[in-house]
Amino acid sequence: MTTTDTPPVAAPAPSAAGRTFTQLDALESEAVHVMREVAGEFERPVLLFSGGKDSIVMLHLARKAFWPAPVPFTLLHVDTGHNFPEVLGYRDATVERHGLRLVVASVQDAIDDGRVVERPDGSRNPLQTVPLLDAITTHRFDAVFGGGRRDEEKARAKERVFSLRDEFGQWDPRRQRPELWDLYNGRHRPGEHVRVFPLSNWTELDVWRYIEREGIELPSIYYAHEREVFARDGMWLAPGGWGGPRADERLELRTVRYRTVGDMSCTGAVESGATTVAEVIAEVAASRLTERGATRADDRASEAAMEDRKREGYF
Amino acid sequence: MTTTVLDPAGVDHTHRELLRLATAGSVDDGKSTLIGRLLYDTKSVLADQLSAVERATAARGGTDGPDLALLTDGLRAEREQGITIDVAYRYFSTATRAYVLADTPGHVQYTRNMVTGASTAELAIVLVDARKGVLEQTRRHATVTALLGVPHVVLAVNKMDLVGFDETTFRAIAAEFAAYAAGLGVPDVVAVPLSALAGDNVVERSVRTPWYDGPTLLEHLEQVPVTRDARTEELRLPVQVVIRPRTAEHPDYRGYAGKIASGVVRVGDEVTVLPSGKSSVVTGIDTFDGPLRQAHAPQSVTLRLADDVDVARGDVVVPAGADVTVGADLIGTVCWLAERRSVLGQRLLVRIGTRTVRALLREVDARLDVDTLTAEPLRGVDTLHAVDATDTSSDAAPSALGLNAIGRVRVRLAEPVPLDHYAQHRRTGGFLLVDPSDGATLAAGMVGPTLLDRLLPDEPDEGADWLAGAGI
Repeated sequence: MTTTDTPPVAAPAPSAAGRTFTQLDALESEAVHVMREVAGEFERPVLLFSGGKDSIVMLHLARKAFWPAPVPFTLLHVDTGHNFPEVLGYRDATVERHGLRLVVASVQDAIDDGRVVERPDGSRNPLQTVPLLDAITTHRFDAVFGGGRRDEEKARAKERVFSLRDEFGQWDPRRQRPELWDLYNGRHRPGEHVRVFPLSNWTELDVWRYIEREGIELPSIYYAHEREVFARDGMWLAPGGWGGPRADERLELRTVRYRTVGDMSCTGAVESGATTVAEVIAEVAASRLTERGATRADDRASEAAMEDRKREGYF
Repeated sequence: MTTTVLDPAGVDHTHRELLRLATAGSVDDGKSTLIGRLLYDTKSVLADQLSAVERATAARGGTDGPDLALLTDGLRAEREQGITIDVAYRYFSTATRAYVLADTPGHVQYTRNMVTGASTAELAIVLVDARKGVLEQTRRHATVTALLGVPHVVLAVNKMDLVGFDETTFRAIAAEFAAYAAGLGVPDVVAVPLSALAGDNVVERSVRTPWYDGPTLLEHLEQVPVTRDARTEELRLPVQVVIRPRTAEHPDYRGYAGKIASGVVRVGDEVTVLPSGKSSVVTGIDTFDGPLRQAHAPQSVTLRLADDVDVARGDVVVPAGADVTVGADLIGTVCWLAERRSVLGQRLLVRIGTRTVRALLREVDARLDVDTLTAEPLRGVDTLHAVDATDTSSDAAPSALGLNAIGRVRVRLAEPVPLDHYAQHRRTGGFLLVDPSDGATLAAGMVGPTLLDRLLPDEPDEGADWLAGAGI
């Protein structure tokens, strides 16, 4: 064992703040560790910043990781052209307040250039990949932080914290590197890059509880507000220049909030009266309720929830 | 909206700890059902996931509640394409603990996956089928768990319903496993009789095992010590980055940022920076949330030191006077993780802590066979390029390590680095062997003597000396 002059530590050892080292402390420390590894190993890291809660939490962690130095990463936003104005406002205010550098990759530009083609359904979510990869190539970004979490879906459960992408930005499961201890291997060949997921081990509830604990400000649309919406595919969508509502769809005023933020054409709101973080947490916790034989009404709502989660990350 | 019962928002989570665990076992042992049961009974399953499982269960003709094994089903495409089935991470929580579970498949590439899952686990669940008892694969799982130094092991004797909840059967299996685990040096084994399918003794205490007065599986997970082990070890802080803002507000600030791998550090502590060996005094422990007087593993902090010593990424902060070997001769046990075989004399990168150094593979002088659970010395290992890298036939020279092989290696490093023995310093004694040509991770290793050395027949040569010195 270790030398005997190591002082015995009373259990449970309190942290300096006089409380136990909690799950959120552990997740925060792990994420900070991951970000510092990237700063130490890569030349040109970039942080994907959508103005969504996961990317906001990532930015908060980055500020903590390098304090009192400024965040050593550029921010990259893939703008679909159909973003919520509240979110764009939040994005610009955040960049301004913390003196950050922001690169915007525009889906509209890609459409104008002919690099991508508008889809018949008007959704620009799937069109984000091309401008994202083009921005990575143009700026020679070698590490790209994403807010993806392993609890989101089955495929993500097998994702690495450091995930190697080839020169086409593709993920090859066969080339996944085993990840042991906290030794993250970021070696890559020229043209390749590494996607990095510091929130891998967080759940949706962890993110919300951390937002509450840290007092992190979010775009207003995460909280309940009155909005004109219309129903499509079991979701409440907001009208906009992207092409909704159609003639057969009726606008109505509802009290809603968004669980994720993304392209307006396919990001649905949920009916909610949650106006504070605590109320959102209560709602998220309750929505996990797993009584056998969920009702049909629940089924409809939960399918939308699954859609939301799939949209939550860029990849 | 319905009110929720477990894990409600109103519960105080400010004391909830994180426990990392790994499961080992094959599908036949009911591993997927057990994990599904843990997720389900702790209400950690999203409503939509559950309804999907219920639909799938019904589609397959099931009537008796959801098939919980489907909760951990891999992607269909993955199975169809024959892609390597990989470690999957699952999450569940109670009011007092949150769990990160590494779900390691028990079949193809089991060693690679198990080693990966076990590397961060503080507890491993080894599953056996009560009808079959301790099998060769059970011993294999226990061996890998012991090799990676997982401190707590649970033997989950599953399918007790199929042996009529028979106490004698359970006791016999538990005793056989305990004896085997003791031989491997596993310090803490708890056996639990359970039925993952019916839920007995997983979360809820079973009325069908009145003879069993131990904890349910979840009760045990709730009690097992979490991170305290790391705090009682000696301080290790691998430096990740040097923080130098050079801003108007902080023109001269210089801090050394890293996650404390083990131990405790306090302001005023005298510390040594390795490998340089220069000493200084901790003048500050900084965080975004304010300065600390002391910090412990696994906190991420930034240290300030009294003297302007030269500290860079890759250095390790240890207590002044700590007895740490700094050397360029790395002897340890590796698990080979890549398809391409090892080549004697090959150029490598060794990743240890936050440092990466150039290296040469000099020897592979022993091998641990996890199928027969025997270790054997290898010979003829000093000639460079003794083995053809392209030869992947099974009768290739025995000093090459192929996928999933476990062997003892000697690696020559380009520069001296601090070398903690894994057996005493689990959080700093691990390393990776990396291929410099494409960055692939070839192997994961543990510095110093391991289970392999323990299982090796007595060696007549000098090897015995350093083993004895390590107390194994």
